[in-house]
Amino acid sequence: MTSDIAAFLTIDGIATGAIYVLIALGIVLIFTVTRVIFVPFGDIAAFTALSLAALEMKQLPGTVGLVAVLAVLATLVETASLLRTGKARQVPRALLFYLVLPMIPVALVWIAAGGDIPLPLRIILALALILPIAPLLDRLVFRPIADGTVLLLLTVSVALHFALVGLGLLFFGPEGVRTEALTDAVWIVGGIPIAGQSILIVVAAIVFSGLLFAFFGFTLAGKSLHATAVNRTGARLMGIRPERTGTIAYLLGSLLAGVSGILIAPVNTMFYDSGFLLGLKAFVGAIIGGLVSFPVTAIGSLCVGILESFAAFQSSAFKEVIVFSILIPVLLWRSYTSAHREEDIDE
Amino acid sequence: MPLLAFDKVGVSYGKAEAVRGVSLAVETGQIVTVIGPNGAGKTSLLTAAIGLLPSSGRITFAGENVTRLETERRVEMGLSLVPEQRELFTDMSVYDNLLLGAFVRRGDKAGIRRDMGEIFDRFPRLAERRRQLAGTLSGGERQMLALGRALMTKPKLLMLDEPSLGLAPLIIREIFVIIASLRELGVSILLVEQNAKAALETADFGHVMETGEINHSGPAGELINDPRLISTYLGGNEGE
Amino acid sequence: MSPRITQLAIAVAVLLLATAPLYVAPFTVTLLDYIGIYALVALGIVLLTGIGGMVSFGQSAFMGVAAYSTAWATALMGFSPWLGLLLALVLTGALAAVLGAVTLRLNGHFLSLSTIAWGLAIYFTFGNVEGLGNFNGITNVPPITIGATPLLGSDQIYFLIWGILLVALLLAHNLLGSRIGRAMRSLRGGKAMVESLGVDAFRVKLVTFVIAALLATLAGWLYAHMSRFVSPAPFDVTKGIEFLMMAMVGGSGHLLGAVVGAALITVLKNAVQDYLPLIAPASAGQLEIVAFSLLFILFLQYARDGIVPFVAGLLPEPKRRLPETAEPLARRAQPARGTPLLSAEACTRRFGGLIAVNDVSFELKSGEILGLIGPNGAGKSTMFNLLTGALPVSEGRITFAGADITRTAQRRIARAGIARTFQHVKLRPKMSLIDNVLLGTHTRTHSGFLSGALRLDRAEERRARHEALVQLRRVGLGDQPYELAGNLPLGNQRILEIARALAADPILLVLDEPAAGLRRQEKLALAELLRALRTEGLTILIVEHDMEFVMNLVDRIVVMEFGSKLVQGDPASVRADARVQEAYLGGVA
Repeated sequence: MTSDIAAFLTIDGIATGAIYVLIALGIVLIFTVTRVIFVPFGDIAAFTALSLAALEMKQLPGTVGLVAVLAVLATLVETASLLRTGKARQVPRALLFYLVLPMIPVALVWIAAGGDIPLPLRIILALALILPIAPLLDRLVFRPIADGTVLLLLTVSVALHFALVGLGLLFFGPEGVRTEALTDAVWIVGGIPIAGQSILIVVAAIVFSGLLFAFFGFTLAGKSLHATAVNRTGARLMGIRPERTGTIAYLLGSLLAGVSGILIAPVNTMFYDSGFLLGLKAFVGAIIGGLVSFPVTAIGSLCVGILESFAAFQSSAFKEVIVFSILIPVLLWRSYTSAHREEDIDE
Repeated sequence: MPLLAFDKVGVSYGKAEAVRGVSLAVETGQIVTVIGPNGAGKTSLLTAAIGLLPSSGRITFAGENVTRLETERRVEMGLSLVPEQRELFTDMSVYDNLLLGAFVRRGDKAGIRRDMGEIFDRFPRLAERRRQLAGTLSGGERQMLALGRALMTKPKLLMLDEPSLGLAPLIIREIFVIIASLRELGVSILLVEQNAKAALETADFGHVMETGEINHSGPAGELINDPRLISTYLGGNEGE
Repeated sequence: MSPRITQLAIAVAVLLLATAPLYVAPFTVTLLDYIGIYALVALGIVLLTGIGGMVSFGQSAFMGVAAYSTAWATALMGFSPWLGLLLALVLTGALAAVLGAVTLRLNGHFLSLSTIAWGLAIYFTFGNVEGLGNFNGITNVPPITIGATPLLGSDQIYFLIWGILLVALLLAHNLLGSRIGRAMRSLRGGKAMVESLGVDAFRVKLVTFVIAALLATLAGWLYAHMSRFVSPAPFDVTKGIEFLMMAMVGGSGHLLGAVVGAALITVLKNAVQDYLPLIAPASAGQLEIVAFSLLFILFLQYARDGIVPFVAGLLPEPKRRLPETAEPLARRAQPARGTPLLSAEACTRRFGGLIAVNDVSFELKSGEILGLIGPNGAGKSTMFNLLTGALPVSEGRITFAGADITRTAQRRIARAGIARTFQHVKLRPKMSLIDNVLLGTHTRTHSGFLSGALRLDRAEERRARHEALVQLRRVGLGDQPYELAGNLPLGNQRILEIARALAADPILLVLDEPAAGLRRQEKLALAELLRALRTEGLTILIVEHDMEFVMNLVDRIVVMEFGSKLVQGDPASVRADARVQEAYLGGVA
């Protein structure tokens, strides 16, 4: 391997890693706030890409149906639970949050789909459409077992991923898609070609990580999220509702995953089930960060991307095997450095 | 009508009862204390009052039955608890901890700024450490921060669980001076303490709790000289 | 339900199963074959998840490694399937041991996440190795031969499958009723409790993990030789969650849950495959996944315990006999009264910037009761954790019975003769009183996995059960040894912890607030018990807030305040000490 190839692979790896960074940050965000290890984040990214592709091809994205179904279900479940606990007064509010708000992007896309929509608007529509999915799933799937152990939540999360893959095929069909490049600029730096798309990916990763950082550092909503993650009981004693901060976390995480889906769609062909591998590689990054540290997660995800890029060069057939194999040294390192903290797994 | 009233309140962990049939009330402007040895059920009582544990019986606050309300709603209504474990946001700054205290009245920017100033006047040590992470504070400063954060919710009634826990005598003195001074803010207080003397000197009325039930009650000034008290704590036969 | 009826029911069930190929259709026999194979995997998950509290999504990968091992050995290399089985067991066992060693020290969800990742890695490996037929797999896997008979038909291999399953169930049942089985069941109580009983939690977890993998290996071996063909698809992560689903739907806390779950899911899947294409011809396969995932989620939301516990709850309570009298377990010699037993020298413990225990020294003599008192937050519980090895000291030295135990692991300290109770009771609420106390005998008994599974441990087990009953009676809880521990009032749960500690035949008994939550009469009885133990030569260290209780019981008192030692002396002088009165009643005047 020449140094040129190494440099090229590194740059390629950083771009891939930047995609994982976005998803992994969302995973850590959700985990710290809600204790849910949200396996379907990769699916959210894939669905965003598929929605964008559908809009590009002047079709109605399958996401429209998915969001509508989830919104109706969540509204029914929420209303039933409000009526059962004698909180009928809160029903209109529930209708607004679980039905009206998610249906706004659905309606907009319904109207706009099929027409000639400029690229930036297409991206915004695709993102807006994807945002309600995770919070609605949270309401339907995780809220009833919010007091469960991390392991129970994880098991449910894995099952949810498989349900989503199946739904993905129903709503999007089996065809792979690749969206129009956001930019086709290529720069030659020191003899190595650097695609504009790669730069765009890295810049987006930096911008959105920065926005996340600013959100935590400077807004009360961000601080209430942080507070819930640090001390749930303490947050409740301040009147901060963990379910609401959870919803915000899901929205933010979905936004990050959605952006990563949009960035990767012009580079890789996306299928309804591409999300799993995408998400799992981000998980490797998140595990490097111990599922708690944002900076270490970001660095870890970049390393995963670079490793993948080199692995693909050496042996494309075994690139996944190599990427997942680094979990072993990572976990070994974690198990010897982490102080013996444990969560009691009592019933 | 009392501000906070427990009516035959019981708390259980599975089949084990920690609190049995406790009835007591706090009038507006009053400081009421519940004292008693460890394991008596004092903490369970406060935890149920704020809604972090389910309870039987009836708890009313500000004229409303809150027994089934969620914790966050009770906080919004003006009930606040400083728990035994403090539950601070340890990797956030002192300032952010206080700011989050005001979460329930987040629209009131001017009020928050004013109260934040007041808290810093009341606890000068917190003002010095406003940028410091809460996790790096000493025990006494943590207790002050927990108190300050609870005050930022603008409570009508403040429940304090063992505010003297693990603190040195000088600091305990300081904390109790502060607790007594909260009267002037119009905050009513329900104080759970094992430091009986300090608690009774600060309170108007006291209840002595043992094995989940209230044993005897009375005006704080009378209880403090009650020979039964010393036997509850240090054993011996004076009270029998 | 009497044991006789249970035995009769089991006999009938076995008979029905044994004759099944005679009276059911061949197709049903094939279905039963699959159920048996899947039940083996699910049985591993019951042990791993339901009993041990670890969740693996990767059992299908173990099954795959086994299937490929045997397919390679037989179809490609021409060895006997029995050699293939040996290879499969060795390979999978080694793989599980390595993966377990890496992940089992971490929080449970790291294990689970990594099982997904290596499940995928193994799947891609199968699919990409030229020598293993890439994604097309290996064909022409020969059948298993017993003697000279090849098991070709589904009704022939049926007996092998169900024979193996029944033996596995029997062994697992024996294991759970044994010393190691109890240690496995205690894992969910958290490391602090498990290690305080002298159990090596990591080792028990690792062996459980390997056993689960070996059960999957048997399933993979049977699967390969039954279907005569292996490819990566049946061993992917989707299958892994399907096995988890079987165990949880059946009831992951019960061995039979594995069989019931495997049967239910397999039959249901079969029905769904028959009918879904009628509803949605184009996308039946995907709808199936969606339907099963959603069912699983609903199931986890509303019926986490599974079917078997639900049915068992409807049946009448089984009657159980009291343990019979047996020769008592060997006891250790207590050191001579008055000799120094334990000494803490200048012990300090910091948590970040907080000093919880600051330069504390004291000594404990054999045969005395020492009270450690002080206001809440004085550092008494931290001190306890330092002495029992639950926390390492930051500075200082601790010696026990002549040995330096400053850096000794908690479970070794427990083995050396320190037994403790906890301020926040740590029991297994869903285990019976006697099983909880039996946990205490762990360090005095020796049966391992094999002797437990093969019931070679009966003599020792009888002695241990007798001992447990003796200790239960001694603390006054001997009336209902089969009551669940979680049904006791809090005070009695503390007493049960004492019985568990006594079952370890300790030299030093360390009690953290034993009298909290007890009524007066119960406290008097407890004090009586502790005095009797002292007479027998046991040394006791006690933290307690009830001063009347302490003052009337102990020989000496150490008072702590703000992490430091305030005073020490006999009860009367401590009680009269002005500093102590100030510490307790508060000096805010």
